[in-house]
Amino acid sequence: MPEPIAVSLTVNGRRIEATIPARLTIVDFLRDHLGLTGTHVGCAHGVCGACTVRADGAIIRGCLTLTAQLDGADIQTIEGVADSGEIADLQEAFYARNAMQCGFCTPGMLLTAASLKARGGPVSRQEIREHISGNLCRCTGYQAIVDAIDTVVNADGVSADKDGDTR
Amino acid sequence: MTPPDSASVRAPIGERLPRPQSRRFLHGRGRYVDDVAVAGVAHVVYVRSPFAAADITGIDVAAAKAAPGVVAVVTGSEIAEWHDPWVATITNLPGQKSPPQHALAIDRVRFQGEPVVAVVAESRAEAEDAAELVEVDYAPLEAVVDMETALDPATRVVSPEMGDNLFWRMDIDPPGVEEAFARSATVVEETFHIGRQTLAPLEPRGIVAEFDPAEQRLTLTFATQVPHIMRYVFAKHLRLDEHRVRVVCPDVGGAFGLKIHTYGDEVATAILSMMLKRPVKFIADRLESFVSDVHCRDHRVKARLGLDAEGRITALEIDDLTAIGPYSVYPRSSGIEALLVCTFTGSPYHIPAFKAAGKVVFTNKNVMCQLRGVGMPIACSVGEGIIDKAARAAGIDPLDFRRRNLIPDDAYPYTTASGMPFESLSQQAALEKLAALMDYDGLRREQAALRERGIYRGIGLACFVEGTAPSPAIYGEGGAPISAQDTCTVRLEPSGALTCLVGVSEQGQGAEAVIAQVTAAAVGVAHTDIRVLMGDTDATPYGGGTWASRATAIAGEAARKAGVRLRANILGLAGQLLQAHGKTLDIRDGAIVDVASGEARMTLRELGHAIHFRTTEFAPDTHPEIAVTEQFSVRSRMFLYTNGAMGCHVEVDPETGFVTVLKVWCVEDCGTVVNPMLLDDQIRGGIVQGIGNTLYEELVYDAEGQLQNGSFIDYLLPMAGEMPDIEVAHIETPTAESGLGAKGAGEAGIIGAPGAVLNAINDALAPLGASVSRQPYTPERILAALGKVPSRD
Repeated sequence: MPEPIAVSLTVNGRRIEATIPARLTIVDFLRDHLGLTGTHVGCAHGVCGACTVRADGAIIRGCLTLTAQLDGADIQTIEGVADSGEIADLQEAFYARNAMQCGFCTPGMLLTAASLKARGGPVSRQEIREHISGNLCRCTGYQAIVDAIDTVVNADGVSADKDGDTR
Repeated sequence: MTPPDSASVRAPIGERLPRPQSRRFLHGRGRYVDDVAVAGVAHVVYVRSPFAAADITGIDVAAAKAAPGVVAVVTGSEIAEWHDPWVATITNLPGQKSPPQHALAIDRVRFQGEPVVAVVAESRAEAEDAAELVEVDYAPLEAVVDMETALDPATRVVSPEMGDNLFWRMDIDPPGVEEAFARSATVVEETFHIGRQTLAPLEPRGIVAEFDPAEQRLTLTFATQVPHIMRYVFAKHLRLDEHRVRVVCPDVGGAFGLKIHTYGDEVATAILSMMLKRPVKFIADRLESFVSDVHCRDHRVKARLGLDAEGRITALEIDDLTAIGPYSVYPRSSGIEALLVCTFTGSPYHIPAFKAAGKVVFTNKNVMCQLRGVGMPIACSVGEGIIDKAARAAGIDPLDFRRRNLIPDDAYPYTTASGMPFESLSQQAALEKLAALMDYDGLRREQAALRERGIYRGIGLACFVEGTAPSPAIYGEGGAPISAQDTCTVRLEPSGALTCLVGVSEQGQGAEAVIAQVTAAAVGVAHTDIRVLMGDTDATPYGGGTWASRATAIAGEAARKAGVRLRANILGLAGQLLQAHGKTLDIRDGAIVDVASGEARMTLRELGHAIHFRTTEFAPDTHPEIAVTEQFSVRSRMFLYTNGAMGCHVEVDPETGFVTVLKVWCVEDCGTVVNPMLLDDQIRGGIVQGIGNTLYEELVYDAEGQLQNGSFIDYLLPMAGEMPDIEVAHIETPTAESGLGAKGAGEAGIIGAPGAVLNAINDALAPLGASVSRQPYTPERILAALGKVPSRD
């Protein structure tokens, strides 16, 4: 087995120094070493998006990214963006619209939605659907999630839907 | 009909309220079984059979035992010393037979993925490393994979001690059906294939078992829908007293019926905690989920439908064949899908003559059992599919055909030819509401115009019946330890808030919110002042759990009854303090008010403090009953039957075979609606699962019984980009069985969608002279139907 690797990274604003196995993924590091269990493992092969976290401003698959690859990175998890208030508007919209059922996909879905919001609106419903198509939800049928994201990314009341179906 | 109890069925029942206990999911503070920290926990992984059928001729665990971090490596025969095997047959479906199943395979493996050896280590990674060092020698046997030939004398018997490969068969064969076909003006036939599927909740199965050797108590933190059933199963088969087993449900990341069954790897995990005297955790990974979670469907149904000259149905015949793998699944048995295919097909319609035959056979694929919808999605696909074929043959529009043949709304109570006693349905009203909602006539005009331009759109309709909230007739009376009742305790806390303890559990459907709303209405408090506790067999009342669309209908009624009685008790106690008759008082917004003036006389908090801290303020013979328990179960019929109608609009590209689902509409009737927002999204979620089942999902096995597509990469599931917006509307026909009047709705979406999608595709293909009947309706199958590529089926 390869030698352990020393890494230094920032997680939710906290500086972390650790020596970790070379094969340790970031999602296992967050969950098992830091106790940040809001990031979930749904498939471990990069399809479902439940493990989505943000590294240096971009959302990544936590199950396909080795911790050692993220030496020096600035990581945010669902706990970080929730506690900082950054996604309060999305959280409120998801709550009001019940855009989650079992909640297992929800942290990844929120981080993905936040990345769409960061891109700036207006955004059509189909664009929202395409943007979250790397995040599998088995419960909701997606419409509640699309509705919730729609209210936030098109908060000025103007969506990009060309049929004039503004919300 | 008895109207709902209007004093207790009032706001906030019927309001679109967010779930009060859902914010944790938005903050990353859900707690699923894999998130629960347990001191000293060891991790188990299972070595699984790579063969569909083989004799185990040797197991060498020496290298694995010597690997770093390994705690124990345990074989099936060692595990078997700690438990009694289980046999899943229920006596009310007579004739079933199934071999004894052990937690781990012992001498023989019967499906790819069957657990064989347990490897326990200090970390999961170490357990996975060591599992690769376990050497199992197998002598492969002929794998039985084709259900069509499973009963042939030349086919190997999967479990020789059973004598043959038949698990169970059923027949409905009254006289006169052939005569009815003979008198028909039109008879159409079709063979439908419904591929094998799974429902893949995003959170895989998982369990943490903690055995306390001093108290001889086993605590299972368990991603299950049915805590009390699992307590019974684990206690019985691990030879423990039931009261020494505690099942605790943390947050459960989706289930869809998958987490109600007995899995050998979960039982073995509990045994390992007893053997090793330390906590042991098992979390399935996605690849082993595909080969070990129960599968569903996998039916071949031949259907024959007769019509008279006016386009009225004269007779229907169903012949169902399905394969369940090598074992019937404990404790429900694997016969219910076939039962529901044989009883629900054609159930929205008046069918004078009906016969059905179902055969359920053993094979060497993974086990099959009940998942969301059970056989009803198949019944709907087959029934609606054959009806559209008949309508086309008779030259009748599918909407008109349904108008002619639906059971009339004024015909209830009505018993179907298959023997189902419907209390009160609204098929005609639902169909008319659907036709208006989707602008059926407008869509037909648009379809005709687009066809001129070479665009092939299709409009599909599906009427359906859902059996919800089962009575004891389906399992309990057949000897299965499955409670049809649920119980709710509602108690007043000193703070004036209420606590509800209830036997059903939560996997995201919103049962917590529904119980809170029902209780709030019954007592007269804000639903946010109610804490609902579920999923702990040491604390919550005994109940059946959450499955078969039963939480709202059954536990909701128990909560309503408890709330009504608590309210009366509170008013009596308040009357003593206020020197007023209880009937002159009411509870509104958490306060005791004078009925006549509406004036607030006392808060529930003031009353709660008096009851708990100053009992002397009450008359000496007062026994304040402020924790009230009530139970409810359906008794008069097998299910609370519901109905609905679904419409689907698709575009089929004849060049590529791709189907785009443009829109889906659903009108359904589940009686009293407690929370329309949660209800609509239950139905939408089910519809999207149904679209996935219909267009994408099929577990493909090769001739050796090897699963070919067991990953999220290869087994396609619906993502947001391909899914349409879905409009949902309701009709409310309350059941008279309960004061709440609610029936179930959790499976309506997945039941109706496959039939609506099928009919929409065939409607689009009709002008091209093609049709499909083998689900999923993939681009390849559509192109094959169009004669553009050879069929591989």
